[in-house]
Amino acid sequence: MNQKVKAAAIFKDNLQNFCFVLPAFAIFCIFYIYPFYKMINLSFYDWRGIGPMHFIALQNYKELLGDHLWWDSIWHAGYITLIALTFQNALAFALALACDREIRMKRFYRVVFFIPPVLSEVVVGLIWNWILNPELQNGQYIGLLNHLLYSSGFPQLVHNWLGDPKTALTTIAIVNSWKGFGWGFIMLLAGLQTIDKQLYEAAKIDGAGAWKTFTNVTVPMMLPVILVVVILTILGCMQVFVLILALVNEGLVHHTDVPVTRIFSAMQNTNRFGYACALAVNFGFILVCISFMTKRLSDKAKQV
Amino acid sequence: MKTNRYVLWGMTKSTLIHVFLLSVALTCLFPIFWMVRCAFMTNDTVFVDKAFIPHHLNFNNFAIAWTKGNFAVYFLNSVIYTVCVVTGIVIISSLAAFAFSRLKFPGKDFVFYMFVAAMMIPLPGSFVALFVLMTKLHLVNTRFGYILCMINVGLSMSILIFKTFFDKMPQELEDAARIDGCGKIGIWWNMAMPFARPAIAVIVIFNSLNIWNEYILATLLLEDTRLMPLQRGLVVFQGANSTDYPVLMAGLTMAAIPIILIYLAMQKHIVKGLSSGEVIG
Amino acid sequence: MLVIFAGCSQPSNPSNKIILWHWMTDRNDTFLKLAQQYKQETGIEVVVQLFAPSDSYSQKIIAAAQANVLPDIYGILDKKSIVADFIKAGLAADLTDAMEAEGGKWRNSLFDKALADRRFDAGNIYGVKPGIYGVPIDVTNEQMLYNKKLLSKAGIKAPPKTFDEFIKDAQVLKRVGITPFVSGWGELWLLDCFASNYAFNIMGEDKIFATYRGEVKYTDPDWIKVFNVFAQLRDKGVLIDGIVTKGNKYAEQDFALERAAFSFNGSWCVNVYHDMNPNLDYGVFPPPPISEAHPLKIWGDAGSTFVVNAGSPNKDKAIAFLKWLTAQDQQVVLARQTNNLPSNKQAISVISPILGEFAKGMDQSTHPNIWPLNEDPSVAEAFDKGIQDIIIGEKTPQQVAQDVQKVKDSQSLKGNH
Repeated sequence: MNQKVKAAAIFKDNLQNFCFVLPAFAIFCIFYIYPFYKMINLSFYDWRGIGPMHFIALQNYKELLGDHLWWDSIWHAGYITLIALTFQNALAFALALACDREIRMKRFYRVVFFIPPVLSEVVVGLIWNWILNPELQNGQYIGLLNHLLYSSGFPQLVHNWLGDPKTALTTIAIVNSWKGFGWGFIMLLAGLQTIDKQLYEAAKIDGAGAWKTFTNVTVPMMLPVILVVVILTILGCMQVFVLILALVNEGLVHHTDVPVTRIFSAMQNTNRFGYACALAVNFGFILVCISFMTKRLSDKAKQV
Repeated sequence: MKTNRYVLWGMTKSTLIHVFLLSVALTCLFPIFWMVRCAFMTNDTVFVDKAFIPHHLNFNNFAIAWTKGNFAVYFLNSVIYTVCVVTGIVIISSLAAFAFSRLKFPGKDFVFYMFVAAMMIPLPGSFVALFVLMTKLHLVNTRFGYILCMINVGLSMSILIFKTFFDKMPQELEDAARIDGCGKIGIWWNMAMPFARPAIAVIVIFNSLNIWNEYILATLLLEDTRLMPLQRGLVVFQGANSTDYPVLMAGLTMAAIPIILIYLAMQKHIVKGLSSGEVIG
Repeated sequence: MLVIFAGCSQPSNPSNKIILWHWMTDRNDTFLKLAQQYKQETGIEVVVQLFAPSDSYSQKIIAAAQANVLPDIYGILDKKSIVADFIKAGLAADLTDAMEAEGGKWRNSLFDKALADRRFDAGNIYGVKPGIYGVPIDVTNEQMLYNKKLLSKAGIKAPPKTFDEFIKDAQVLKRVGITPFVSGWGELWLLDCFASNYAFNIMGEDKIFATYRGEVKYTDPDWIKVFNVFAQLRDKGVLIDGIVTKGNKYAEQDFALERAAFSFNGSWCVNVYHDMNPNLDYGVFPPPPISEAHPLKIWGDAGSTFVVNAGSPNKDKAIAFLKWLTAQDQQVVLARQTNNLPSNKQAISVISPILGEFAKGMDQSTHPNIWPLNEDPSVAEAFDKGIQDIIIGEKTPQQVAQDVQKVKDSQSLKGNH
């Protein structure tokens, strides 16, 4: 008798708990799961966007395994992500730490650092195209960067930044980091706020210096936020797209291709929707693997 | 002697930090300055006039952008969409994250990982399926349909951020609330949400920015000009071939102001957070 | 082979309202005014809706086609094979009857080159019933431009008539510190256009089409000559730095701001240059031929074309509106307001002199849309990207020829649908 009542109570409890998730789940099913299912379905077909669909089973997947342009593009996005994870997030963390203290103009910095993410891609594209312009007109460099390098005594560093395969991707990665550090900055700042001040007091009493406090108090307490920032950075950078278009148009041959540009190229340039969907599914799978590995690493780090 | 060296080191450190912060701040301010400067020029001088402050200030562009870009209508639409979607996201995702973090039900982990995985699997090829579905549901060219779709866009990330913050909430807070007689909803509303105020601020900022700058789904799902958001108005200045840069910059400047205002309002909450007195025990 | 229809049935009641979807931001205002005028004249309301940029527009058309909610009038911004698919799916109406009515009155008022854009001839490889399926509302062509002031600064009196002259002029310009040539070759289609012009000049259209059919290889000496054109331009320092990542609107900026003496662009550039530098003193000339074997042909055809939704209950009203839109008076309005070449022959008199120079080239023009067949898009991509590789000095013409032929071979193995 008691068992039945208990079971009913548990069921009611579970149902109540699930209701918390219900609105999100319902919206998610309609706007994500259904298109996702359709996309996977489409990846098994050959389709031009209009007209008949031809079922070709796993042929798209076989093709993408040998598509070296696709794997190159994944490596390019990975490179941009690596630069972002190191340079961009280190910068964001340093700035967040600096703004966490009681310093003057704190509010000013907090507002200013969020400007790059707010800027529209149009403005970012126009400005950076002008800064990185390699042309000479009437003996003067049109681009701001080359102009500064030339006039401040480093003419040998003047370069065709976006037009040279050796520097194009790194340049794009740096612009991407510039545009993105504001996100990491406010997330890390938010996380720093929730660290109990008493922990810092305790560390001070124990005689810990700045570095020791950082490694023993700040970092451990910030690990969950750091993990979220890392994952969001990875996901955001791997999917970079509009910035590439703004800086190098359809790309420096194939040196600046990233997965999303390859997917759109398959859709629009070669009208292969089925193949594009297969690429997208493959891309999603790779991202899931990367996130999973990141989470594993962070769990291990927590145990240390 | 020792104190002097200590003070000197402190001052140097402080100066270095300020130099660092200022130089980064300069690179961030530069585009705003450039944008505003362009907005005061004309199309034939915008790339030619190299002076810091343009020789001839043209004040018409802002008025032109407002009228030609039909700003009043688009602005109102963007505000409606942003407010509705952000409110929807904050409530729906915090409820879900609360359940993932503090409640139990079968399949909880699976559903959570599904949401997280959704962030990783982009759907560039899905617009056709989405449009067909929305047409069947008669949601195309409706505000409601666009709002629901945009709520979905921000759902996964917001749930992840909320859950991260809810996980950090000490069990004592929750127990104290339960002792006070709060049901699950009560705990969510009275304890969890105030605790996660920095998270709410971050989510409001992130999503406001995404919705404010969005135009791909708007172009796909909306047809009536009266329903279009601000970015659609700005697209008009980027002609298929000819772009009126100063008017475009004036439009972009005006479009950037509300977002910066939202950020100014929200970033206070990121900082205020909790004072040590609120943590019991 | 079922055509997949997903969605509800189309509207079945004719009304006095026709819906038009377009992507031309520059012309939106003019369209709205013309629509108002049309309502006053005929009582039929034309709802003009703009979706930009053109990528978003294409996506919307594809999505609407699947959901079966295409408007009465719209455009297909894609290759001819895709247009053929739309026709076969019953989504674009056959306008031949309307065109041929009254002894072909409508057809004769428009430039033949413009109509050819959406016309399918007998025996076409797409399997489409021959006829005219689209209405052009303007024409464009792509030619070279020269800055008169910069040329005279270098002592060059007239634009070059041969490719060798062009190279020599470039050296003279460089000596006085002027960049010779700029073009938006970050956009593959423009690069493809330039290459195609010289391919016609070097080997003639028969050999080109034979290559597309697979009968001639890209490693053929004539194709190597085409690739060599770009190697020469690179070696002689003719091209502006960063040309392969340069979008057309940046190239237009460069030419308008007199940063280069020559450019290669389409007739719409007249608008852009006028806005950015009304005092720009420039002229138009066809790309200077490199060979005397065959004539060099520029690309020219309809700029923007509208099709009529075959399933629309307002089909006749839509056709009537398009007829009105391409009539002389309306074409004059459009040409004046937007500085584009009209598709109506009689409206040609009102265009500006510089546009007139562009118009001169229309008769000798060609365009992929009027060819009997086109190259496979994957091969075309390899071709265009290969040329970019040559320009940045990473590959030789021979290497690119082999790469392109490899892609061609693997595409032929797959077979086409």
